[in-house]
Amino acid sequence: MEEKIIAAIIVSAIAFFAIYAFTPILIKFLQKRNLMVKDVNKPGNVMIPRPGGISILIGIVASEITLYFFFPISEILAIIITSILGFSVGIVDDRKTMGGWFKPLALAFCAAPILLLGAYDSNLDFPLFGSVKIPSLYLALVVFMIPITGNTINSIDVLNGVASGVTTIASFALAISLFILQNYEIGLACLGLAFASLAFYKYHKFPSRIFPGDSGSVMFGATYGVIAIVGGVEVIAAIAILPAIINSFLFLSSVKKIVEHREIKNPTSHTDDFKLKSTDDNHAPITLVRLLIAKKPLSEKQICNEILKLSAFSGVLAVITAFMMLVTI
Amino acid sequence: MDMKIYSFIFAMWVLIIIGGGIVVEFVGPISLSEDIEPIITSGVKVILALFLIFIWVFTLTKIKNWVFKSQAKS
Repeated sequence: MEEKIIAAIIVSAIAFFAIYAFTPILIKFLQKRNLMVKDVNKPGNVMIPRPGGISILIGIVASEITLYFFFPISEILAIIITSILGFSVGIVDDRKTMGGWFKPLALAFCAAPILLLGAYDSNLDFPLFGSVKIPSLYLALVVFMIPITGNTINSIDVLNGVASGVTTIASFALAISLFILQNYEIGLACLGLAFASLAFYKYHKFPSRIFPGDSGSVMFGATYGVIAIVGGVEVIAAIAILPAIINSFLFLSSVKKIVEHREIKNPTSHTDDFKLKSTDDNHAPITLVRLLIAKKPLSEKQICNEILKLSAFSGVLAVITAFMMLVTI
Repeated sequence: MDMKIYSFIFAMWVLIIIGGGIVVEFVGPISLSEDIEPIITSGVKVILALFLIFIWVFTLTKIKNWVFKSQAKS
């Protein structure tokens, strides 16, 4: 146990301080190269550096490689490789806007290391009722999981601090759940993701100093997905990111097809005092943000806080679910 | 903050737990005759799982429409 506590401290510190120290350097570098995009929810012409995914990559990979030195198991290797592949898919999308199907398909290939390294257990665990063994179906689940989590976190990256904030809360909830289920090695890997996203949140929160870009948000999602699979906590992981899943669900159920988010009509518009209000366009998709502002316009900061509160609520449900996993009726 | 969105998340959570129970208790143990290829048994399970997902999505769509309409009206 002593070794695990030391590993937890070192992995968390590397994940947090690598991003905390490197991100300001990256911000200056991106500003110098004029790699910036307009923050559409701010009055005037506010330009924000993007992508911050490089900083996230350094933090997550450095912490997970350190963890691999402590526990050289195939599951952690799968996390490292899948995270790097997730970043690669995102950076391609950052550099060149790809079609709506590019990310889901490319992310499906990112699941290859999990399958090739055999870093999964084909039992699917449910709370209260035990597990179901689905060897063939589980392979399909592995292939679908990374595109789902990658796109889900990417889709919610619409306001300052939301993608990193949701990932932070969900990852801490998932890490606690893994510790409850005594899966300590993967719990430590999840702790690395949690501290990495927390460090990035410091710069991404309202008002943002940097945007993660597709490379950052897709990498957050891909890392989260691979941890869920190798940790055997797929159901708990899904519960912890329910607000993000709701966002994707609302979007898909109103658009009824897979499209790149830049191709759709904006579901929100601005009031004179630059609050966000729901658009009057009936063809614009319903999203979580549109649902939150359906009643009355809210400021960007208020909406971010509401989404993070919903995430905290889901995180609590995820931890309750982890306790329910220990009970079989 | 309107409680309806929290209720939506809670409803999703309950549906996940109930759906999991149905999969573990009823779909998982399904075993057709020994003469039948295991792949056919798996296929039947997949169809049942897809049917459950359809019911899940249908229920959530109804809840979503109700939440959005009541939010927009108020």
